[in-house]
Amino acid sequence: MFWEKEKETMDRKSLENLQVGLLREKIEYAYNNIPFYKRKFDEYGITKKSIKTIEDIRKLPFTTKIDFRDNYPFGLLARPMKEIVRIHSSSGTTGKPTVVAYTKKDIKIWADLVARIAKAAGVTDEDIVQIAFGYGLFTGGFGLHYGLENIGAAIIPASSGNTKRQIMLMQDYGATVLVCTPSYALYMAEVAQNMGINPKKDLKLRIGMFGAEPWSEQLRKKIEESLNIKAYDNYGLSEIIGPGVAGECEAQNGMHVAEDHFIVEVINPETEEPVKPGEYGEIVVTTITKEALPVFRYRTRDITKLDYSTCKCGRTSVRMHKPIGRTDDMLIIRGVNVFPSQIEEILFNIEGVSPHYQIIVDRKGALDTVTVLVEANANLFFDEMKKQKLLLDKINDELKTTLGIDVDVKLVEPNTIERSEGKAKRIIDKRKF
Amino acid sequence: MDTEKYKIPQISVFIENKKGRFYNTTKVLKEANINIRAMSLADTMDFGILRFVVDKPEKAYESLIESNFIVKTNEVIAVAIKDESGGLSNLLKTISDLDINVEYMYTFVNNLDKKAVMLFKFEDIDLAIEKLLKENSELLDKDYFKKI
Ligand SMILES: [Zn+2]
Repeated sequence: MFWEKEKETMDRKSLENLQVGLLREKIEYAYNNIPFYKRKFDEYGITKKSIKTIEDIRKLPFTTKIDFRDNYPFGLLARPMKEIVRIHSSSGTTGKPTVVAYTKKDIKIWADLVARIAKAAGVTDEDIVQIAFGYGLFTGGFGLHYGLENIGAAIIPASSGNTKRQIMLMQDYGATVLVCTPSYALYMAEVAQNMGINPKKDLKLRIGMFGAEPWSEQLRKKIEESLNIKAYDNYGLSEIIGPGVAGECEAQNGMHVAEDHFIVEVINPETEEPVKPGEYGEIVVTTITKEALPVFRYRTRDITKLDYSTCKCGRTSVRMHKPIGRTDDMLIIRGVNVFPSQIEEILFNIEGVSPHYQIIVDRKGALDTVTVLVEANANLFFDEMKKQKLLLDKINDELKTTLGIDVDVKLVEPNTIERSEGKAKRIIDKRKF
Repeated sequence: MDTEKYKIPQISVFIENKKGRFYNTTKVLKEANINIRAMSLADTMDFGILRFVVDKPEKAYESLIESNFIVKTNEVIAVAIKDESGGLSNLLKTISDLDINVEYMYTFVNNLDKKAVMLFKFEDIDLAIEKLLKENSELLDKDYFKKI
């Protein structure tokens, strides 16, 4: 299902022409309205004439989170506060938060972009949608809210937390769509079970729209099984607009990027050069329709790859693979780049492994050590030491083969790994640099 | 041949090598009014396997599951030997000669009838029972552990 079918199925040639035109306009707009970009463009000798083909975008300088911090709070805005209708910000764990703002037109576009991903996932105006994202400064709650309201779904703005109440609402109001982080969805399934509620019989859920953290195919399968739903991934970040940058269609094979609003590139985070087509790298996003806060070549720090092959759904836009991690989640262990999601993928491929795990990185002497705690369960426990060892060796071997480093897997008792209501705390890095 | 009666139910519990976990397991059993007849702890650096033979195995299993332990049930054989020097050695020689594979074993001494009892987990329990009975080993039946 489509929300703006013409735009979502535009042929690639027209799409590129549109992108080049909008990019040129936006360069001039930013130059005239944002001192930061005027300085930068002058420094790099950029004018709208610098852009003749889409590849010319590589001439532009990058924008980073540090630029947001340096221009805190409103230095990057292109419009006066009179025209701003909304301010969001992301929680800065260190220092100041990252502030973003929207004009009325920005909010309208955002609601359309979220409507697109909801439609792509099969949500209709008949659905009852429970939004269990936090409502507030975080863009997830309001972003999904406006988009889903846009398509006419009935929204239960449950916000995050109070899981038992969430489940009661879901059951009593007959929610058919759940919006939250994937780890919270899994946690809800577990709590429901403990409450004696069988999600398959007692709940009416059919679709999940999950985002705001990286998750694996295996986690998708677990969530789909335990809640009896189809689980769709979507992507966005507040510096760009929030959720709605990209979302999966019913093929569940990569997230369609709204390329009539964003230009995406994938680069090697170290050399800053484009990767070969289809290779993993950092996704860099340029906004070409935003008014309040246009951003050029934003370094998202998310690691993904792009797929330009045609999708059976009819959309012509490029699909981005689920991000497999963030450049800053990337653990460098004994000189090897390791993404926690790779470890998750391997664990979940082993029959009977519980979805609860934690990765502990430490340093003994000069050597980094990685310990993976996995909660034991009846499938993973054998009375014979021999079989038990065999299983642990198998997990260790597979991790070593894929990651190229030694990892020590330890079974721990059930319910001993911290559960999360928001983002999962999967990694504990005890090393001091 | 009825080999079933010689299959003694055993309960194995996964425990992390953390303080108090061993005690917690026995506490659950005590609160459920279960008598532990024999017990062994096998451990590695990281985890341990506690094995019990108890008077009420089903109840023990349920109460441990309810307390969120990871529990498996399985079967062992109990062989009585004279509580005197050489008794164990002779039994082990028999087992070795019979060429039956032992997964693990542990002891249990019952002072009441002066018997030493060895509990064995064999790879193939039926084969082990059959062969040991032929050698006239004294196998205890499962009711023995319910009464004592
Ligand atoms: Zn598609």
